[in-house]
Amino acid sequence: MEYGLDKRSNALKTFNTTFIIIWLLIACFPFIWTFWGSFKVRADFFSRADWWYAISAFNTLLETGGQFTSKAYSEAWTEGEFWKASRNTIIVTVFVVSISLFLGTLGAYALSRSTERYAFWILIAALIFRAMPHITLVSGYLFPFFELQIWGILPTTIVVLVAINQPFTLWLLYSFFKTVPKELDESALIDGCSYFQAFRYIIMPVMWPGVITAGLFSLMLAYNDFTVTALLLNQENHTMVPKIQSYLGTNQHEGNLMWAVSAVVSATAPLFMLVMFFQRQVISGLTTGAVKG
Amino acid sequence: MPNKTFFWFFLPTGLAMILFIGLPIISTGIQSFYAQHDQVVKEVKKCDPFGCTVSIVVDQEATSILRDEKPLGKFNGFGTYVDRNHLAIEQISDFWKETDSFGEFINQVTNLPFYKALLFTLTYCLFVTPNVLLLGFIIALSLNAISRKIRGPLIFGTILPMIVTPLVGSLVLFWMIDAEGIIGANLQLMMEDPYLSLKSSRTLTWITIIIYGIWHHSPFAFVVFYAALQTVPQEPVEAAIIDGASRYQRIRHIVLPHIYPVVTFVALISLMDNFRVFEPIIGFSAEGSAQSLSWLIYDNLVNEEVILFGSAAATSMMTIIGIAILLAPVLIRTWKEFRTAR
Repeated sequence: MEYGLDKRSNALKTFNTTFIIIWLLIACFPFIWTFWGSFKVRADFFSRADWWYAISAFNTLLETGGQFTSKAYSEAWTEGEFWKASRNTIIVTVFVVSISLFLGTLGAYALSRSTERYAFWILIAALIFRAMPHITLVSGYLFPFFELQIWGILPTTIVVLVAINQPFTLWLLYSFFKTVPKELDESALIDGCSYFQAFRYIIMPVMWPGVITAGLFSLMLAYNDFTVTALLLNQENHTMVPKIQSYLGTNQHEGNLMWAVSAVVSATAPLFMLVMFFQRQVISGLTTGAVKG
Repeated sequence: MPNKTFFWFFLPTGLAMILFIGLPIISTGIQSFYAQHDQVVKEVKKCDPFGCTVSIVVDQEATSILRDEKPLGKFNGFGTYVDRNHLAIEQISDFWKETDSFGEFINQVTNLPFYKALLFTLTYCLFVTPNVLLLGFIIALSLNAISRKIRGPLIFGTILPMIVTPLVGSLVLFWMIDAEGIIGANLQLMMEDPYLSLKSSRTLTWITIIIYGIWHHSPFAFVVFYAALQTVPQEPVEAAIIDGASRYQRIRHIVLPHIYPVVTFVALISLMDNFRVFEPIIGFSAEGSAQSLSWLIYDNLVNEEVILFGSAAATSMMTIIGIAILLAPVLIRTWKEFRTAR
């Protein structure tokens, strides 16, 4: 909103800038600090004696002879088996994103093109499902999964995450499909296409922005999930987030807390890069859901 | 679209939602009426030269057979719902009779696990949601006034707290606020109190988790408000400026009414998300002084000896009822709009 008429006083401008700077500090500094600290030894980053050690690297110099050390990273990735956790995360994320996009686009397209009353009720039901705390669903899964002996393995978790993700994906893609004019597929139908052909060859090619946004959100859900992965996977199959929590729990190891710090940085870095790259899509996703839903 | 085509298009996603969201809710409901088996005991008669003694021991074999036969446990009806760890009807009526003042009664009741968790969950919702709306709106307004050229990176920085998972977000803050972290250590220095720490006081823990909640959720409110601000029409604002409206008046009477539907949307979503607060409690290792409903369920499910399915399910059902109460006004309004639209 830059109005020709709207004259801002200098005091207001300064105040505004200061506020933004303070807020950005609050929002970003914790991450910068953790990134910085992950290259120190534990005695520096969690210093009882003097917090300035984290900057001057007093103990890091003593223990390793350098200002920075990547010891925590190499240990967490090898000894801590973080490589396994990240491999599992990649498997889970790839499958969850592709399956939920496949199911979601089909379902949302049908919802957006239906004029029946039940389409409205399905959307409301999806909204209610969206509100369910994941932990209550997990408490429903555990017992049947134990009985069926499908607990602890990756495919179960993938299917569960896809299902949990569907309500949001449906709403998001539904509002995107609504913006694609009906005339487009209607003319294809008149020309003799089936509904599926119209969907596949006419609608999908113009839907890429929406699909990318929905994909990003599925990715963030699968990548960030703690509740489902921590309770439905066994130790061997843990993804990154429950792995980080397991580093916190076991305190026998001196280095374990630093493993957690380096694991947090390793897990967050790819996510930040992804969001930096797709920032526009993330924001459009959050707002289409809001303005139209 | 004909019904048949709709059916085939919607079948995969519908099936996924029914199987993995609908059925689990029913499964939770059934489980909540069962409780884990008691251990089977048997009397063992032991005789020695001085006479015979009868002792009671746990019959491991019979217990495990019983568990295998009926894995769901024994039927308990509403027993789990009213026991000490849930609604605690009996205890509450006892407290009512025994305590002298109302304050003491409330104090006793909020020491029961379920009410303790409910109190924390509601306090968290009550403090986080309005502050998230307010902070998000202020950030959106002030970023909107900044030159378009540098807005991109600023928005990226602003949404960082939102895109990390709550566990990581709370850990990152916890490592700074903890007694050995940069903020915690400096606070100790400033207050000249070497024992000041997050874990030492319940109030401090609650405040920290609430601050975390505001930090984590504000970016979401910001993004939605920021997008809504882009759609505010220019003419009424300019007219208001000509008429001499102050900046506050313009926001109050033109901008706010325009983005009002979005405000209710953000309030609803953030209320829903705040009601399931759980990961920060683990991240801040605050189990001792702050427990939420979701945390209670998690605690039952990771129980070492035997998983307390029934107890977890009962808490889950009550959480779902809580969510239903939160959602009811919105659903009723949507229903009315739908009726009038037809």
